[in-house]
Amino acid sequence: MARKRVINKAKGNILFLAGAAIVAFFVFVAVFAPLIATHDPAHIDFNSVLLPPSSVYYFGTDELGRDIFSRVVYGTRISLFVGFVAVGISVMIGTVLGLISGYFGGFTDMIVMRFVDIMLCFPSFFLILAVIAFLNPSVFNVMAVIGLTSWMGVTRLVRAEVMSVRTRDYITAARIQGISTAKILFKHIFPNVFTPIFITATLGIAGAILTESALSFLGLGVQPPVPSWGNILTAGKDNILFAWWLSFFPGIAIFITVLGYNLLGEGLRDVLDPKE
Amino acid sequence: MKKIVFLLLAVLCVSFLSGCEDKNKEGGKTAEKRKAEGVTGDALVISTLGDASGLIYNITSDSASHEVSQYIYNGLVKFDKNLNIIGDLAESWEISDDSKTITFKLKKNVKWHDGEPFTADDVEFTYKFMIDNSTPTSYDADFRLVTGFQVIDPYTVRISYAEPFAPALLSWSMAVIPKHLLEGKEAAKSSLMRSPVGTGMYRFKEWKSGESITLEANEDYFDGRPNLDRLIFRIIPDLNTTFMELLNGSVDIMGLTPTQWVKQTDTALFTNSYDKYTYLAPSYAYIGYNMKNPLFEDKRIRQALTYATPKQEIIDGILFGEGVPAHGPYKPGTLWYNDNVKKYEYSPEKAKQLLAEAGWADSDGDGILDKDGKQFSFTLMTNQGNSVRTKIAETVQQNWSKIGIKVEIRVLEWASFINEYIDKGKFDAVVMGWNIVQDPDPYDVWHSSKCGPKMLNFICYSNPEVDQLIDDGRHTMNPQERKKYYDRFQEILAEDQPYTFLYVPNALVALSKRFREVDPAPAGITYNLEEWYVPAGEQKYRFEK
Amino acid sequence: MLRYIAKRLAGMIPLFIGITLISFVVIHLAPGDPAQFIASMNPKLSETAYQKFVKMYELDKPVLERYINWLGKFARFDFGESFSQDGKTVMEKIKERLPVTIWLNVAGMVLIFLFALPLGVLSAYYKDSLFDKGVTVFVFAGFAMPTFWLALLCMYYFGVVKGWFPISGLRSFNYDYLSTFGKIADIAKHTFMPVVISVFGGLAGISRFARNSMLDVLKEEYVTAARARGLNESRVVFTHALKNALLPVVTIIGLSVPGLIGGSVIFESIFSIPGMGQLFYQSVMMRDYPVVMGVLVIGAMLTLAGNLIADIAYAAVDPRIRYGSKKSN
Repeated sequence: MARKRVINKAKGNILFLAGAAIVAFFVFVAVFAPLIATHDPAHIDFNSVLLPPSSVYYFGTDELGRDIFSRVVYGTRISLFVGFVAVGISVMIGTVLGLISGYFGGFTDMIVMRFVDIMLCFPSFFLILAVIAFLNPSVFNVMAVIGLTSWMGVTRLVRAEVMSVRTRDYITAARIQGISTAKILFKHIFPNVFTPIFITATLGIAGAILTESALSFLGLGVQPPVPSWGNILTAGKDNILFAWWLSFFPGIAIFITVLGYNLLGEGLRDVLDPKE
Repeated sequence: MKKIVFLLLAVLCVSFLSGCEDKNKEGGKTAEKRKAEGVTGDALVISTLGDASGLIYNITSDSASHEVSQYIYNGLVKFDKNLNIIGDLAESWEISDDSKTITFKLKKNVKWHDGEPFTADDVEFTYKFMIDNSTPTSYDADFRLVTGFQVIDPYTVRISYAEPFAPALLSWSMAVIPKHLLEGKEAAKSSLMRSPVGTGMYRFKEWKSGESITLEANEDYFDGRPNLDRLIFRIIPDLNTTFMELLNGSVDIMGLTPTQWVKQTDTALFTNSYDKYTYLAPSYAYIGYNMKNPLFEDKRIRQALTYATPKQEIIDGILFGEGVPAHGPYKPGTLWYNDNVKKYEYSPEKAKQLLAEAGWADSDGDGILDKDGKQFSFTLMTNQGNSVRTKIAETVQQNWSKIGIKVEIRVLEWASFINEYIDKGKFDAVVMGWNIVQDPDPYDVWHSSKCGPKMLNFICYSNPEVDQLIDDGRHTMNPQERKKYYDRFQEILAEDQPYTFLYVPNALVALSKRFREVDPAPAGITYNLEEWYVPAGEQKYRFEK
Repeated sequence: MLRYIAKRLAGMIPLFIGITLISFVVIHLAPGDPAQFIASMNPKLSETAYQKFVKMYELDKPVLERYINWLGKFARFDFGESFSQDGKTVMEKIKERLPVTIWLNVAGMVLIFLFALPLGVLSAYYKDSLFDKGVTVFVFAGFAMPTFWLALLCMYYFGVVKGWFPISGLRSFNYDYLSTFGKIADIAKHTFMPVVISVFGGLAGISRFARNSMLDVLKEEYVTAARARGLNESRVVFTHALKNALLPVVTIIGLSVPGLIGGSVIFESIFSIPGMGQLFYQSVMMRDYPVVMGVLVIGAMLTLAGNLIADIAYAAVDPRIRYGSKKSN
């Protein structure tokens, strides 16, 4: 019954559908990158430097004669990977801390929430920038640091949800039956917070992709030769005045993907909203 | 990234023995010529990527600070357009027969910007300042070799060394600072850091932190007032932004990237307003191999890697042809350059052959060479923030893979690249560059005693014969004799290939057409800035006196 | 009210200590020290000079000791001296840079609210209409655009091609000779592009929040009741509902401060604006720890101030907050 209603709502929500289609499309591209790419993304060919888009090089070539199309296709992998892992880390930390904080309350809760408040005070981009510069930019560091500085929202969300359900009868019943705390947390309480976490995570992936591109602009994102949309765009910006294709395609890929995740996230909020 | 410049700390000792009287007359002539033409006014707007950290030349080490303060101060000597050493604050000098003592006669009509006269006391103060342990300077090493400093009269100083020291004369191109304002003060905290007083052709006018620094013409300059009323240094951290400001006319001069130079300067917007100047830059790029790594122990390996490196393709592809292949650490076309050394034209076949001789073969057929069960693979590192170096790394990675060598590239942030990897010897091979300083003394980079943390022979190249040649060259004052040592040094280096020398790039300068008397020379383009002028009808900026 | 403010202020003390601690830990994660940075690749520096730097910056002391020294100085509003060679104190550096960043962010924030609130409210009112969908796509498009890319495109088009705005910088060369009005106009002209681009990027957050908040309110019974009573539709929506919907939006002011400050790194670098973001980035790259620490702490303090203002504003309009009905957070 509920499922049918959700599906019907989803069908009627064109922005949600557009977002889902975009996300699905890029996930598909990332998974099948080797089949979609027309060239080796790392192959340098000084005989085909800075060629505009053509039927051979769909998106043109860069300063080393590499095929931009293939680079953007492989870059999809890296950029989505960074987004997913960063958000994975933040959701994991956020959920665990939120569950603990909400369920135990009292002193534990106070400590966790003060920690959350402190972290929320920092301009997170400053923290990310400093830590990555100090530890060196690499795919792993970029993902880890973005993840470690963006879990606070999830914690608050989970905590609030836990607090509202923990006094409900079935939880009390479970506790009286002697079911372990961990089991209660994950089996009975976690499912309640899954939807809002899922929405937050969707939006978080968009944010992580943008953060990586901003870091790339400052030279601290994923480093070449690994292609990420951020560093392809950054490399292209130097030639923005005469070789538009260098920055246009990675730029538009970021733009569409981030837009897609946002539409999907917001759409999910509407579609899964139980109130209507 | 941060580039350390030693423009003033440079030597080409051609005029070492000949003194410099005639050159000074030439300087006077220009001053007269300038006065005769009488076209003063306007300003030159220069862009810098970073803000200066301070304007006392001697205690700053960033290029932005030096770029500004070089116009505020004078040394005792300087370069002329052909890189001969000529007098600046010094009228003339004499070098004793044993080459251990230099006596400078100073100019008498020189005044500090605040009107005080300049004398030998200021020179002595500068010397003492440089060797004072509480002075936070990075340029003290040369001055610590001085064993005696004597003020003979207010316009004569005598400086002695324990043994002949070839770079000695040039070390006195260091900015002379005012004793009457700095004596007994902590220089780093002195107000002169923010509003300097020198003897130079421009005096300090204004500094808007993070925005711009303005200098104005020194009306009382001993060599005649420069024609341009002001120099304005605009701080623009992004090269793209700088180029757009250039197109917009808000910046007058900038160094272009090869792509900008080749691809973006044929528009009317550009050609109507700008001229392009190109000359060989005093720097080279190289791939350095860690000599302590057994992988690179055998010189045949290093030779093979050089054979497999397409220098010309790198120049044509990455620099769009704006550079020449390098074969050693000196700049082609200078006295010290030895063209008669072993050169390694691109030849993967020769590379393979050398590797085979050294025992490397692809015995398991996976496309990667191996020896005693070990694959030939290593990491090639470079610093972040220099896209050319990253491109070089990517290019050689592809070329070396063709001869069965597997290379991983790591691009690291500059500070940790230097501190964590270079200084600790934790690297296999690096793509980097050096500025070519004018004095040919290669001691710091190539002498085996300079292998260690925070020293410049970080690849730990060690060859007793080279050490001897360097020591000899350092203590020989006669340039012709000195050159013999360095010629041999270059031959050995070419044979040993501790570096794969890549190229010497061209400096690519765009400059507004309204400036006249611009005349690029081996010394660069701004060496005669005082002579530049803008015809009255074309002047762009006007300033109230 | 005063008691409420005092309570909030007291509550900030532990936050503050936490902030300094985290900043201190972060900057000491770093391998490599500034003395080495100055020394690196410079042949003219003798060994003694290097040791001198180490001593000057107390880099030979244990981390904990340095933290305690730092806290002690901080209690006297002394952030110490910058590691860079200009000999300025951290406070001087931040003071130079702070006004620009605050001006950019306040201007940006005011404009964001000015545009985002009506957009959000109207799209809630016209939920699911073409207008709603258009606005949704528009605000997310702003968010999704990599800012530096958009900035470069705008600089080229409006600066070089059209010549409407200065490309970068904060002031013209002749700034000092301008009248007061001229000075204001000059700065406004220079900051127009960065502010507009940051507004475009920031619309999404506030307008979506306003929309959701408005949607919730529109569902409330009293709105339905008011409608049922036949009250004028627009009056119901734009007085009763709007007032209640906008209340929670106030709280988001504080929360959006860190995002704006963080974004200033990109804007200030690309538009050559000498603000806090640029200072922070340069200090990070130079390993100028005292400045990095100072900017992190000041940045966090601005957020605290933003939160405080938002809370007070909220408490002022909604008395329930003041009397402790607010939950444990």
